Amino acid sequence: MSLFLIAALPFLGAVFPALLIRAGRNASASSAGLTTLLAFIGLMLHAPAILRGDVITAKFDWMPGLGLNANFFLDGLGFMFAGLILGIGLLIIVYARFYLSRQDPMGQFYTFLLLFQGAMVGIVTSDNILLLLVFWELTSLSSFLLIGYWKHLPEGRQGARMALTVTGMGGLAMIGGMLILGNIVGSYDLTVILQNKEAIQTSPLYLPALLLILAGCFTKSAQFPFHFWLPHAMAAPTPVSAYLHSATMVKAGIFLMARMWPVLSGTPEWFYIVSTAGLVTMVMGAVIALFKDDLKALLAFSTVSHLGLITMLLGFGTKVAAVAAIFHIINHATFKAALFMSAGIVDHEAHTRDIKRLGGLRHLMPVTFTIAVIASLSMAGIPPLNGFLSKELMLEEAAHTYWLGNPYIVPGLAVLASLFSAAYSFRYIGHVFLGPKRDDYPGHPHDPGFGMWLSPAFLVVLVILIGLFSGQIAEPLVQVVADAVTQQHPHVHLKLWHGVTPALYMSMVAVGGGLVALLAHKKLESIWNALPRPEAKVIFDQVIAAASQLAERVTVGLHNGSITRYALIMIVFSTGVSYVAFQTGTLPEATRQVQAVGPLPLLGWFSLIVATGFILYHHHNRLLALVLIGVVGLVVSMAFNYLSAPDLALTQISVEVVTIILMLLALNFLPKETPKETPVKTKIRDGAIASVAGLGIGGLIYALMTRDFAADTISGYHLANSYKGGGGTNVVNVILVDFRGFDTFGEIIVLGIAAMVIFALTEAVLGTKVRAYLLNRKPDLPQDGDPHPLMMVVATRVIMPLALLVAAYIFFRGHNLPGGGFIAGLIAAIAIIMQYMASGFGWATERQRMFYHGIIGAGVLIAAATGMGAWFNDLPFLTSAFGYIHWEPLEEFEWATAALFDLGVFLAVVGAVLLALESLARFAWQPDTTSEHAMEINPARDDEPKIKSEV
Amino acid sequence: MELLVASAVGVLTAAGIYLILRRRTFPVILGLSLLSYAVNVFLFATGRLLVGAPPILNKYEEVAYTDPLPQALVLTAIVISFGMTAVVVMIALGAYLSSKTDDINMDDAAEAGEDA
Repeated sequence: MSLFLIAALPFLGAVFPALLIRAGRNASASSAGLTTLLAFIGLMLHAPAILRGDVITAKFDWMPGLGLNANFFLDGLGFMFAGLILGIGLLIIVYARFYLSRQDPMGQFYTFLLLFQGAMVGIVTSDNILLLLVFWELTSLSSFLLIGYWKHLPEGRQGARMALTVTGMGGLAMIGGMLILGNIVGSYDLTVILQNKEAIQTSPLYLPALLLILAGCFTKSAQFPFHFWLPHAMAAPTPVSAYLHSATMVKAGIFLMARMWPVLSGTPEWFYIVSTAGLVTMVMGAVIALFKDDLKALLAFSTVSHLGLITMLLGFGTKVAAVAAIFHIINHATFKAALFMSAGIVDHEAHTRDIKRLGGLRHLMPVTFTIAVIASLSMAGIPPLNGFLSKELMLEEAAHTYWLGNPYIVPGLAVLASLFSAAYSFRYIGHVFLGPKRDDYPGHPHDPGFGMWLSPAFLVVLVILIGLFSGQIAEPLVQVVADAVTQQHPHVHLKLWHGVTPALYMSMVAVGGGLVALLAHKKLESIWNALPRPEAKVIFDQVIAAASQLAERVTVGLHNGSITRYALIMIVFSTGVSYVAFQTGTLPEATRQVQAVGPLPLLGWFSLIVATGFILYHHHNRLLALVLIGVVGLVVSMAFNYLSAPDLALTQISVEVVTIILMLLALNFLPKETPKETPVKTKIRDGAIASVAGLGIGGLIYALMTRDFAADTISGYHLANSYKGGGGTNVVNVILVDFRGFDTFGEIIVLGIAAMVIFALTEAVLGTKVRAYLLNRKPDLPQDGDPHPLMMVVATRVIMPLALLVAAYIFFRGHNLPGGGFIAGLIAAIAIIMQYMASGFGWATERQRMFYHGIIGAGVLIAAATGMGAWFNDLPFLTSAFGYIHWEPLEEFEWATAALFDLGVFLAVVGAVLLALESLARFAWQPDTTSEHAMEINPARDDEPKIKSEV
Repeated sequence: MELLVASAVGVLTAAGIYLILRRRTFPVILGLSLLSYAVNVFLFATGRLLVGAPPILNKYEEVAYTDPLPQALVLTAIVISFGMTAVVVMIALGAYLSSKTDDINMDDAAEAGEDA
């Protein structure tokens, strides 16, 4: 089966449990189980090749520009982890079917579980480190969902948040580390990175990269000082704890350390950071575990301790230690998952996980007892179980490891940790199952049904088999994994009896000491309780509280709700940046001749300056300011015309008309005066800032205009090809509809969206109590006696066809002479707006049969269809064509697909302008504004003219 | 001529910025309009000024043409700035009708005496 499919199967399958839950819990669980089984079989099909030492790859260039490729590869290491993930996943799915109660949303559970499974398989099979990071974050997210699965439990929610915070932060650090690593090597592909040990270890960035990557690994694998989240994550349902927090997710960090082992290990930095963190975690976790009364807390800290053990072994940096680490990964996954499931069974049946309330369950739950005993003894390191074998390997390695030149620290602490490990394992047996039967259990403990003990039973069978026949069962797998981890061929030989070695003595001390510690548990516990200990959760909560307080203070300090302030900061900042740019740059000599000034431009300039001055001075009178804005717009459009831009002049003047109407409509409802509330000091400050910015902009454009282009422009190409290639002599129009047609296409879509936004806002505002206010609103200015003057009504109706004709004329000539879709659209829109203004909103709306939305849509669609037409001739989108037709007695005329595109522009502009104005006009609508006649006054009618009197 | 255009752009920019720094919606909208003029003329002027040389190709004789590219750019900019003004006006109107105030700053900021 392709690696793509194996990695994708859990994700694809994640849909089914949630959907099939309506068909029952069995259907939901089966779909999850079948998906996993399928992926597992697919993986196992590769087993022969992997055991031969082959590497299976699947490559797909996803975003090569970013170096992000969907490349997967499967070697021994990936195979072992994928096997654990899918195999134990299958067992957990079976177990969870019977563990979860009827009230729990099971479909959701399996969907989350499969998402997590997919992400994990993704991590262990990714060849690209960027892809790996994506999967890495996905495991953090999906485990957040799984830990918080019981949403009603506050511990669950808090534990989920804590896990996400810690592992998420680690993930962020790791992104940095991975990017550095990719940069050093020049590739983001793991297979390439793994070949570049020299380059990485000699790079000055080796230490930062190592620290960042280890931050990710340590947080994920709960290594000291980030171990504290794991016990809190135990608020999750037991299947989740067994799966994520013993067998798979917490091993992701270990996996990555093993994956990167060939290139990162072997340096003193690696040895001291990794092995020390592992050693501390191993000892601390083991000690704390002995004094936990909650079964799952005991197992959680024991997991922390065993993860520390594996980390320490990887930290040693020797091949033999790596082999021991690999072997312990397998062994720990088997016995710890079985232990978690047995703890879940106890909790499920006895309704408590408190060791102090348990004991004597041996008589009531013989099957569970058997499972728990075998798994615990393996954890304690008792022969001939598999835990014994890897623990021996560990002790053997520890026995000759020097720490800062001292030969006793590492072996001593390793024995101490093993001692406590044995003690808590024995406690799990002794205090839960042995002893007299009690009569005060909260529930009625008895062995559960077959479905629930099947999975842990299968695992303890593995525990025994691996222990007895390690050479036959585990050795071939460990060999290929060790080859993959070390990138060499270490000699792997697993066997039960190594003879009388130092490790055996250490083991005997540990087991004996463990028994003594258990017998003295009461005494030790009172000492433990008397000792002061830092509570990780309290510290974590304080850190989080301080961080969010800081964030709030910064946010509120910068972002206080004063838009004026933001604008001020932005303007001052950009002016400052421009000033720095000006100071550090060079200004060449002026090269262009300035144009002579006639009296007309001088007059225009003068009116513009005066109008602007008046706006500033009189802006409190809003209507006056609006009229003066119109003057400015008029001068600007005349300036465009004078300076050889007739298209711009036409556009500017027609936009001016609709803008002023729009603002007038709005001003109708807004206050007519701006209150004078600004202190003089602020005015002076704003005036100074505005003057400086204005001077800068004016100076910049003056400098630009008096110098020639620094480089050749592309305008020459447009001028040369406008007629030859585009078939039009109006270069501006040809640029719009042909050369840069795709930009224009985007423009009309944006314009359409703006109109839709206005329409939607109108709907939203009118849907509130504002509507009642508007209906009862009295105009705040005296109204004209005749809202629809006869002269104006008649004039606009006569003008309408003429105006539309002008629009059509402007449209058709646009390709060769000033005009085109934009301008024609504005003119047509104005022709229709005139009707609204003269005859009233109600009258015009009744006669308007087309939705403006539809017109916008039609425009965009026509433009798009024109563009797509090019595809039928195997040309790129929006390639235009043109030709000439001669029909007698007409003169020869031109056709161009660009005209069709321009029609789309035309329609979009008409629709957008009208939709915007119509929406605003709807604010003024009142029920009695629609006249029943086409015209208020009609000499042919003898009824009284119904003229609304002054209100 | 260049000096006239440059000074007009400068004055429009200064007036626009001054009005944008006011506290009520309407002056801010007016300021945005003035700033749009300034920006459009600025962009247009980057094509350098030329009188009586529109970029309409003459089939009969060789003549000079002004730069058409900034013109095409500014033409769409003018239309888009209409769309932008319309949306801003709509937001201002909706905000005023819903909250009965056309102050653009939040209350607590005003109380703190921020940028009155």
